[in-house]
Amino acid sequence: MMKDVNVLMVGVGGHGVILASDGMAEIGVNNGFDVKKTDSLGMAQRGGSVVSHVRWGEHVFSPMIKRGEVDYLLGFEELEAARWAPYLRPGGVAIVADVVVIPISAIGGAASYPSWDEIKDLLGQYTDNIYLIPATRIAQEVGNPRAVNMAMLGFLSAFLELSAEAWTDTMRERLPAKFVESSVQAFLKARDEAKAMMQ
Amino acid sequence: MKQLLSGNEAIALGAYHAGVAVATAYPGTPSTEILENMARMDGVHAQWSVNEKVALEVALGAAMGGVRAMASMKHVGLNVAADPFFAASTTGINGGLVVVSCDDPGEHSSQGEQDNRHVARFAKVPMLEPTDSNEAYQLMDWAFKISEEYDTPVLLRGTTRISHCKTVVEVDKERPPELRQPGFLRSPTKWVMVPSNARPRRTAMEDRIAKLCDYVESFPMNEIIPGNKKLGVISSGVAYQYAREVFKDASHLKLVTLYPLPVNLIRRFAEQVEQVIVIEELDPYLEDAVRQLGIPVRGKDFIPIIGELNPEIVEQAAVKAGLLPAPAKPAAETKPPPALPARRPQLCAGCPHVATEYVLRQIGFKAPDAKERPLKKDEIVVTSDIGCYTLGVYPPLAALDTCACMGASIGQALGMEKAGITNKVVAVLGDSTFMHSGITGLVDIVYNEGNSTVIILDNGTTAMTGQQGHPGTGIAATGKPARQVKLETLCKGIGVEDVNVVDAFDVKALESTIKRCVASDEPSVIIARGPCSLRVKDRKKSLFVDPDECGGCLVCLDLGCPAIIKTEDDKVRIDGSVCVACGVCAQVCPQEAIRESE
Repeated sequence: MMKDVNVLMVGVGGHGVILASDGMAEIGVNNGFDVKKTDSLGMAQRGGSVVSHVRWGEHVFSPMIKRGEVDYLLGFEELEAARWAPYLRPGGVAIVADVVVIPISAIGGAASYPSWDEIKDLLGQYTDNIYLIPATRIAQEVGNPRAVNMAMLGFLSAFLELSAEAWTDTMRERLPAKFVESSVQAFLKARDEAKAMMQ
Repeated sequence: MKQLLSGNEAIALGAYHAGVAVATAYPGTPSTEILENMARMDGVHAQWSVNEKVALEVALGAAMGGVRAMASMKHVGLNVAADPFFAASTTGINGGLVVVSCDDPGEHSSQGEQDNRHVARFAKVPMLEPTDSNEAYQLMDWAFKISEEYDTPVLLRGTTRISHCKTVVEVDKERPPELRQPGFLRSPTKWVMVPSNARPRRTAMEDRIAKLCDYVESFPMNEIIPGNKKLGVISSGVAYQYAREVFKDASHLKLVTLYPLPVNLIRRFAEQVEQVIVIEELDPYLEDAVRQLGIPVRGKDFIPIIGELNPEIVEQAAVKAGLLPAPAKPAAETKPPPALPARRPQLCAGCPHVATEYVLRQIGFKAPDAKERPLKKDEIVVTSDIGCYTLGVYPPLAALDTCACMGASIGQALGMEKAGITNKVVAVLGDSTFMHSGITGLVDIVYNEGNSTVIILDNGTTAMTGQQGHPGTGIAATGKPARQVKLETLCKGIGVEDVNVVDAFDVKALESTIKRCVASDEPSVIIARGPCSLRVKDRKKSLFVDPDECGGCLVCLDLGCPAIIKTEDDKVRIDGSVCVACGVCAQVCPQEAIRESE
């Protein structure tokens, strides 16, 4: 019996959330899961929130995950991670990239952007398993600033049962040739760092 | 072969494997990707039509010409295409005709919410609705078969959560090696709907529905999933998935043929269970039909009629209605979340609409926090339309007064003028929206001697739905060059003499042109031309703010540009990773503190 995996990926339009959730969905299918994945993006290309639900399981009905049932919350942006914290199940895992995009409502000063401590506090109401990951640094190290999303997948993969190859095989198959190497590198680096942090 | 496909991809692949020869659409969320996928397939003529009405007329013409055809659109698109939709129902078809309507419960990206299941019954057109991508793929084949066997268009109805959700599809078909051959069979009694021919067709329509009532009783994808006999749940579409998720032990009836409904199957199901409920999004379409059969049923008394459902909403409603036990409370009550800054959609850095909307706000004396109030004498009214530029309603631009439906800005402007309001009226709409249904409004202004000013924000694409071509772009759906319809020639041809083309990034030119046109007693058109910032390939070096020269007046923040950020000391800086150096902020800065980077 395969263990169900419910992942909520949240961020801002343009951060590769959709590419990452598409990839994760495909990897699930390639490894024998029933998979559903859905996005809420509204008019996200223009700066709105992006939310992707990815579900792996034996048989998945709803594409959307219920509040309180997310196993892994992947925040591609800090404020968005905070916003979706209530979706975490008690004891779920929050993986947050060190990316800050100040929304226009906070630029003009109407509402202020929370500090990491405030965000951590909020996430802490739902779980103790909170990881702020240096996704930006990892992406820079592999020479592809857009690889933050692959670093996020790499970090997540450390918590799941599949081998690294189960992920990278699909990445090699599906990503555009010129991004394959840097993407795989970002994925593996983040996976290693996650394993080190978990020890 | 198993493939992970979105509902829209599955609809396109299903149509392809069903042998569709002509596919048409006008872009509209959540339906857009259907045609985008069709355009990548060999042996299909796929086209963006100028609007949904024409798209459906082209598809109907293709079906009359003997081949299989499909038109896809968003829910409100079917309003635009209602006339040919009803006409096609009357004439019937030759080659199969499938119309895909993608509804948007919750209005993720729409100006309104509507349940297009009613339209099928209204137009007497059979309707199918998939519960996931696999069914969407399978149903396309059925849809074309039903269309041809019963001489009728078929409506495939989906929703955002079907269109944009990826699920596993068992791809078990291929493109048929032989397609239907084109050829028109002359038959005035079938195709020429003068009243004497249309009356017999009415009879044919009713006969067809009667036959379909029998047919749907044995449709293989309607399915009873036996479970606990205490509760029977009837559902369709994505709501079926929520119903299965939430009512795990109940008996379920999944309906795929939504018009006509398999009433005997519904009766049989109801007899097997003690209580019947319906879980459906939007209107009580199924619930009303079940009740009409004399079956006691619950549904909208506990399931919301407005907005999109999800498992959480269904579960909470069911608990409240006493249909499910209350879940065990989480151990600790959590603090209410603090107010986090909202992230609503906004115009991009370098958007060519910003300068025009900024100028309109300035000369229209609009305040960013505009509350409901009567206009002052010299304020201008800005009627607006459907597109990215509608985001200019939000502060800080706050430049717009209306947005109703595609192309309405122009008719509304003329109507306000004819009502006798003394304020000057400016209509603002995009190039694609103007092509869609602004042209006829402009003809109306000329014919009825209006003097409104129409501003066409020409960014050279259909931006909101993701950069599709339209007649003004000279790019076909396949990405190949097409003959271009020039906006300025078109407007002059209509009879507008005062047609101006202005650089969309030139604040001064925009201001002087708009002021002159608004003051004029003649109708006028201003084409504010500049490429969508998402289409600019060669990005210029970003601008920067000289901190010594920035006086902290914050005028530049009125543009609402995501690249301009307020600093701790109440000045501004520019985020170089976002700025595309459009130069608009440099023009509005009174201190000339914004310059090109060294």
